[in-house]
Amino acid sequence: MFIIKNRKIFIGISIALVTFSIASIAYFGLSLGIDFKGGAVMEVNYLDARPSQEELASVVMPLGIEPIFQPTGETGYLVKTRDLTDLEHQTLFNALKITDETRVEEISFNSIGPSVGAELKNKAITQIILVCFGIVLFITYAFRKVSKPVSSWKYGLIAIGTLLHDVLIPLGIFAFLAHVYHIEVDTLLIVAVLTILGLSVSDTIVVFDRIRENLKFNIEKNIKERFADTVGKSIEQTFTRSINTSLTVMLALVALAVFGPESTRYFAIMLTAGMFFGTYSSIFLASPLLVAWSGEGEKSAK
Amino acid sequence: MIKTRILALGVLIVGLAIGYFVIGSESKYADRLSAPSYFSKFPFKLGLDLSGGTHLVYKADVSEVPEGDVEDSMSSLRDIIERRVNLFGVAEPVVQVQKGSLANKGEERLSIDLPGVTDIHEAIELIGQTPLLEFKIEDPNSNSNIQIDPSDIVDGEVSLDAGDIAPPAFVSTGLTGRFLERSNLQFDPSTREPIVSIQFNEEGAELFEQISRDNLGKIVAIFLDGVPISTPVIQSVIVGGQAQITGQFTPQEAKELVNRLNSGALPVPIELISTQTIGPTLGARAVEAGMFAGLVGLILISSFLILWYRLPGLIAVVAVLIYIAIMTLLFKLIPITLTAAGIAGFVISIGIAVDANILIFERIKEEIRKHDRGIADAIHTGFERAWFSIRDSNTSSIITALILFIFGTSVIQGFALTFGIGVLVSLISAISITRLFLYSLNIQKTTALTRFLFGSGFSK
Repeated sequence: MFIIKNRKIFIGISIALVTFSIASIAYFGLSLGIDFKGGAVMEVNYLDARPSQEELASVVMPLGIEPIFQPTGETGYLVKTRDLTDLEHQTLFNALKITDETRVEEISFNSIGPSVGAELKNKAITQIILVCFGIVLFITYAFRKVSKPVSSWKYGLIAIGTLLHDVLIPLGIFAFLAHVYHIEVDTLLIVAVLTILGLSVSDTIVVFDRIRENLKFNIEKNIKERFADTVGKSIEQTFTRSINTSLTVMLALVALAVFGPESTRYFAIMLTAGMFFGTYSSIFLASPLLVAWSGEGEKSAK
Repeated sequence: MIKTRILALGVLIVGLAIGYFVIGSESKYADRLSAPSYFSKFPFKLGLDLSGGTHLVYKADVSEVPEGDVEDSMSSLRDIIERRVNLFGVAEPVVQVQKGSLANKGEERLSIDLPGVTDIHEAIELIGQTPLLEFKIEDPNSNSNIQIDPSDIVDGEVSLDAGDIAPPAFVSTGLTGRFLERSNLQFDPSTREPIVSIQFNEEGAELFEQISRDNLGKIVAIFLDGVPISTPVIQSVIVGGQAQITGQFTPQEAKELVNRLNSGALPVPIELISTQTIGPTLGARAVEAGMFAGLVGLILISSFLILWYRLPGLIAVVAVLIYIAIMTLLFKLIPITLTAAGIAGFVISIGIAVDANILIFERIKEEIRKHDRGIADAIHTGFERAWFSIRDSNTSSIITALILFIFGTSVIQGFALTFGIGVLVSLISAISITRLFLYSLNIQKTTALTRFLFGSGFSK
């Protein structure tokens, strides 16, 4: 089997990708959105021409709110500030009108107090930990009867390793996109990460399931087969399914990213990346790692 | 076999009927489909991010409320706010208490959804700048004794300027708006003078009886947000919680006092901590974009399935369409409030429903190839074999959805709900419907044609 034979190359590619992603996250950083640190975002649209950022900054200056202006759409701005009271919100909006003739409409306004932000952050962290925990428990349970030639906890650990791989790479991509397009980590991004966790593990499980089945079959029929070959066969058998499945989910996600609502755009992009690398890792990383860890010498596989 | 076919036909008809209902109950298409009018009672329930509207979160300061009473005061707070919001004429406002928990450091909160309201300022005004009503008595230990000029007393009403009353001069009695049931404007039958009557609840009545007994002849000041709005003198012990304030009000003044008393009946002070408003255009755009994306996704997936898996692919497409009909029916009937995140969860669940079918078809194909069995046989074993993989891989999705739903915030819950229900329903529907249809084809002979129809990918 091609993949098993060249497993060092594929494991190397994955290590390189993960390294790049970690570097990207470390270099660009992930800035928290108002969901998590509190603050306000107002989206306004100027019906005629939009004033320059300098002009807006100068009218808003005396208010002591210090907003950041970010152009959006054709004639709109995203105005980001600290969290605002109702009065401050009114004052800011009136200031953005500049003159009475300026026609401006407020598309959306969102202000989150710091205590709510802190709560959402705590909840997000709890969720990530719980989901990981739940998945490890489940894998340990599902593979409890498989112990030869690779013990069941190794399946679990490798599944977690590939999970990290599948989450880190999209996060690395996100860090880059976030830097270019000034986007921030919001609740939906956390949902995306958690969904990637769920989908990626289910993908890995399908391949491991097949290995489990083939091992059982070999024992029953008393067939002697090298572990590397069993794994190779299992990958071959699940290969089409893995690709076709993630292809269909990715078709739905790409449609969502391209044509869907703006609010779920980056969510869909993240999931598409997660789906892609999740499938990649279940074929090209999880199983090769399993063989590498099985202790079958270096000269294995045909 | 006849039975299987009749059942398959039945499923198809039910699927069509559900589809007709789902589309016909949307006002946009009702006329074109000449749908019965009662269909319109089941529209999709759209979340604020899609329908446009305002979401407010208030923090309630319950530090003054004894621990056992927190729940009571929060629910009466909710009732009062709900009443005020209803006055606003909003369709289906949602006012909810969010209980304090570890995650939010025990903060009691109230969240208010106002669909269609995009003027937050107006909404916040209406909900009120937290008028807090308190009944206070003179501080017996206070040095700054208020000298009541007898000439100030008119029919039991003392007119004092706010400035006359230094804060330490009055102390809290524990009697607040929480105990006030309502206040009414009445007229003295003989003098035709306006009277402001106050009705306390049972607990309030006892408290007030005690207060009036201890402070007979003294002032009980009614404070609204720290400002005295009325300072009547207690003229008798009041039993039964029915008190009256008399004095030289004009009817207008009396009415104002009644309103202030009623509106001030907030049991605990509240503070706005988070606001969110989405303009109606943004929401409508999101719905349109979401629908369009769903449609494009569906067409892409269907084309892929039919091109790659041929006949089983076509059957899978029908099964997925029925799956979508069932899900949208559930959205309408339960009803589930749809948000952008929720729709995303639904779209992903469609992908997962298809995944189950792909697992099955790949297994069937393998069985046909490996054992050179008849197609009918291969279909049976294919389903059996694929089931374990489907079960295991879906379990992890369901675990994720469950954890997200239990520990998530509302955005996440919206996603987890549609995603979780989607995975569950697909586990039941997509698989059994596909199986029913494949069985009902009843393919006995293996010919070149059936081989082609059940082949896949680039093979002939």
